Amino acid sequence: MTSAQVSAKPFSVRKLPGFTAVAITCFILLYAPIMVLVGYSFNAGASLALWEGFSWQWYYSAWQNDKIQEATILSIIVALQAAFYATVLATMAALGTTRTRKFKGQTTIYTMINQPLMVPEIVTAVALLICFATIKQLTDYHGLVYLVLAHTAFCIPFAYLPIRARLEGMDRSLEIAAADLYATPWRCFYRVTLPLMWPGILAGAMLAFVISLDDVVITEFVKSAGQDTLPTYMLGQLRRVITPEMNAISSVLLSVSILMVSLIFLLNRKKT
Amino acid sequence: MTRETSQHSIPEQNARMQETKRNLLLCTPALIVLFIAASGPLLVMLFYSFLTAGDYGGVEYRLSLDGWFNVFLFRDIFDDVLTIADAHVSIFWRSIRLSIMTTLACLIFGFPTAYFIATRPRQSRNFWLFLVTIPFWTNLLIRTFAIMEVIRNNGVVNNLLIDLGIIQQPIQMLYTDFAIMLGMTYVYLPLMILPLYASMEKLDFNLVEAAYDLYATRIRVLRKVIIPLIKPGIVAGSILVFIPSLGAFVTPRVLGGGKNLMLGNLIELQFGQGRNWPLGAALSITLLVIVMVALLLYVRNAQRSGIQHD
Repeated sequence: MTSAQVSAKPFSVRKLPGFTAVAITCFILLYAPIMVLVGYSFNAGASLALWEGFSWQWYYSAWQNDKIQEATILSIIVALQAAFYATVLATMAALGTTRTRKFKGQTTIYTMINQPLMVPEIVTAVALLICFATIKQLTDYHGLVYLVLAHTAFCIPFAYLPIRARLEGMDRSLEIAAADLYATPWRCFYRVTLPLMWPGILAGAMLAFVISLDDVVITEFVKSAGQDTLPTYMLGQLRRVITPEMNAISSVLLSVSILMVSLIFLLNRKKT
Repeated sequence: MTRETSQHSIPEQNARMQETKRNLLLCTPALIVLFIAASGPLLVMLFYSFLTAGDYGGVEYRLSLDGWFNVFLFRDIFDDVLTIADAHVSIFWRSIRLSIMTTLACLIFGFPTAYFIATRPRQSRNFWLFLVTIPFWTNLLIRTFAIMEVIRNNGVVNNLLIDLGIIQQPIQMLYTDFAIMLGMTYVYLPLMILPLYASMEKLDFNLVEAAYDLYATRIRVLRKVIIPLIKPGIVAGSILVFIPSLGAFVTPRVLGGGKNLMLGNLIELQFGQGRNWPLGAALSITLLVIVMVALLLYVRNAQRSGIQHD
């Protein structure tokens, strides 16, 4: 910056009046509702308006609630499976689409992988409902496969992006060196490529897990009777009397997401 | 690559073909899953939109244009008179209106915030960006629920206003269009801030300084220098907020309380109480087409301005 301006207050070309105030307000507003939500999960009373002292009771009662327990277990089962499959598929696809010459069909592949990000969730949800309901009627099979399949599909792009980013930033010379030293392609992949891309894979898997865990819309339309995940259970409860139990579940889910995202952030920072 | 020479020998061509084959093979499993649970169902839905609605949900396999007809028209069951479906038109209109208002609100709050982040020292920018992205990755339902709690009749905002003596009676905010707009602004704000920041980061402040040197006022600098330079970011952010707002389902359902419907809820209704699958499918495809047009504009804008996007 040139210091040509001589005045009482140094003139900054970067400053715009009021912008900092709005920005700070914006940050506060982004977090305030979440803070209030988490705060009331520790309320000793049943009220969402009056503060009656600190207590863990709502966490305890949520823990004791059978419905919530079932939903939690189902959420985790689906999210783990979906994250696993999506990460494996996305890793393969990333290996097939990066560090290569342009090939025919590449654009189609990109479009298909990114489709879940582009199509509104409600549209995908309804389309899946139509297909799966018909299949359910024909086969009379109502298992978890539908949910896992749907979750895997929309998790693929989320797993794919960090893995591809990692691959594109990777130095090829180590792999070339391994190949020069007569490593077989498999050995080269297993011993060199895979360890190098591991942080990307991990980030992709965690992202996929969080996305699956948080999904409401598609789950709501695909699930069969009795297959409630935590978010769909919550969606159902929001229409009834809301107790701070909901705040407790929300707080736990929030913590999981924030923890995962922070880890991903750290994983990606290490790289540079 | 040094290997890439102008002439392609036969072994070279073979190697290329092998590489392409390997690439396609690696992508196939992912594409199969995506076809089964993403693109395939869209095609099936397109087909279903041309079928006849079953009496108790589902469809009868008879071709019919009724689904598409019913998007905007209403056939009287007694005398077959066609009228414009006011309810649908008003829901379309509300969806578009609320989405535009949400986009504007996001712009008003997001612009100064992105500018604030872009003018921080380089090391701390990542931290501020991180603060923006955290809510974005947390559960949308939970964030909507948080807004619901805050604006309830006995929520924090109303209690605070009453305590301060500004109002005597709580203001009914929940279950109004305002609540939906507020919720969507809250939920989609990061989608505005991130692209805005991306183009502000590249802003050359020498140009800003030059404008000041030429005696431009702050407002003039903002209007004539900064905004034109980051216009691609503004367009990108606006489209990125507009698209999910238009297709929003959870936020209007929770904050609109079942009577202030948006498109997403109207679609859901056809698969629940409405029991008109072809109409629901036709509505979904209409929404999809609008979103695709918006996305096309987004990609055009990105290509023209050279924004990097994955």
